[in-house]
Amino acid sequence: MRPDETKRRLWFGQPPRKVLTAACSHLALAVLGLLFVAPFVWLLSTSFKTEDQIFQRPPTQVLPLLHYLVPPRPTVANYEQGLTFVPFARYLLNTLIICAMSVTGTLLSCSLVAYGLSRIQWRGREALFYLLLGTMMLPYQVVMVPLFVVFARIGWVDTWLPLWVPSFLGNALFIFLLRQFFLTIPRELTDAARIDGASDLQIYSRIMLPLAKPALAVVALLSFLGAWNEYLMPLIYISDDSKYTLSLGLAQFISQYGSYWGWLMAASTIMTVPIMVLFFFTQRTFIQGISLTGIKG
Amino acid sequence: MAFCLPAIMGLLFLMAYPVVASLYYSFCRYSVIKPPVWVGTANYASLVHDSLFWKSLWNTVVYAVFAVPLGMLVAFCLALLLNLKVRGMALYRTLFFVPSIVPVVAGAALWLWLLNPQYGLVNAALGSLGIQGPGWLASPAWTKPALILMSAWGVGGWMLIYLAGLQDVPVELYEVAELDGASAWHKLRHITLPMMSPHILFTLIVGLIGAFQLFTNVWIMTNGTGGVAESALFYSLYLFQNAFSYFKMGKACAMAWVLFLLIVGLTALVFRTSARYVYYRGGE
Repeated sequence: MRPDETKRRLWFGQPPRKVLTAACSHLALAVLGLLFVAPFVWLLSTSFKTEDQIFQRPPTQVLPLLHYLVPPRPTVANYEQGLTFVPFARYLLNTLIICAMSVTGTLLSCSLVAYGLSRIQWRGREALFYLLLGTMMLPYQVVMVPLFVVFARIGWVDTWLPLWVPSFLGNALFIFLLRQFFLTIPRELTDAARIDGASDLQIYSRIMLPLAKPALAVVALLSFLGAWNEYLMPLIYISDDSKYTLSLGLAQFISQYGSYWGWLMAASTIMTVPIMVLFFFTQRTFIQGISLTGIKG
Repeated sequence: MAFCLPAIMGLLFLMAYPVVASLYYSFCRYSVIKPPVWVGTANYASLVHDSLFWKSLWNTVVYAVFAVPLGMLVAFCLALLLNLKVRGMALYRTLFFVPSIVPVVAGAALWLWLLNPQYGLVNAALGSLGIQGPGWLASPAWTKPALILMSAWGVGGWMLIYLAGLQDVPVELYEVAELDGASAWHKLRHITLPMMSPHILFTLIVGLIGAFQLFTNVWIMTNGTGGVAESALFYSLYLFQNAFSYFKMGKACAMAWVLFLLIVGLTALVFRTSARYVYYRGGE
């Protein structure tokens, strides 16, 4: 630091330049943050408004517009009517069942396969690994029609089976993720167990699984989100509306009652809130998941 | 090997057989109800003369050309801002990230309402800036811009990827550059961008593949129709219509293979052209 710099005036104990930079970046972040959050505020605010309030033209000045976002007398009527008019509780239950089956299947199959790919030597292991990676390049559209034909032949159309049974047969991305994690677990641990007479199944369940909890959490979370969001599969396979998932139910609701915005926003809120709650409790896993699947996938 | 049995069965039943069958169907007339009839390359030939096919390809390309770079730019700017290490960074990060985890169908419903020409928030906000907002999904010229705008809202995942990359750039590089009197722009251009090039390449490829497979939100927001005057008839949407609305399974499979070739070709092209710009630390 040059000697004259120490004599300069300080703002809040900091050089003015630094304070100004911080202020500018806070301003930019706040404005952008507002833009990103506004749709949520609008979602919530619409869901608590009466029909009259919803169909008021929004004011075009900034301050009245902000005021307009906060309903004066919030009502829960949209939740009461919208969510009972269509059996959303039923859809929620259906979705949770499918999610539970998918997460179980994914965790079980992917961890088993990852163990086989990382801890057991056998011929063709590398070939299988690269084949799996290769399948990630294939768009789902390529296999969509033949899978539909097969599932139709064995009578699985209009059941939940096509939605969760495939998860028991592995998923390339998650297998890759778990394999990479398993490779970081010291070999000495499993070798020692083997000398003590442990079988592969014991090593897998007693040593690998407990040590791989963080990676398994990422896989569980991402597969849960996938099953919760899935729309294309239920759209293809489910036609009986008592078997609808939340995605399908909400989409159906949009196409039939598209102008009942209050109900629609209430239903959308119900579908979004569990994911938000999950996010706030598992932020670390979430962010880990994005950077793992993002950078290494 | 027994441990890998699930994956082997998955590869056989969910991949190998369907891939072969799909290739076979793409050379057949097939409506599921009757057995497939071999027609040679007729499905592929019919695509060449199908104006809706070209329209859907054009729509998809337009969307990809705007949505992917815009998303990358927004995500990069957000990541740069967050990397300034101001107080409350975690809160801002959450604000920017959360939209990307909204369930797709709920997000589509929300944006239908946001983009409502009369009562929607987007046109109200434009109005407060003195701009008369367009009809968005009701106007053929504005459906694709509407979807592009919507995609920029969900770039939180890319932002996290860039942020992780920015935090890995060695601080010494900046310090040395500062000693040499480099400006902020020079540091961005000659240190940050090269160091971030693998992350940028990754999001570019993932983004392009995603754009070509875009389906759910467009399907919902256009009620399965592809929008006014087919202005939002995207490739995957038209493929799905062929398969499950018109039961032209052979044509749908042919489209799927064309899609696969397009994706492979595009990825190869991006890798080729980017090889000169992408810098991998660890020097591969």
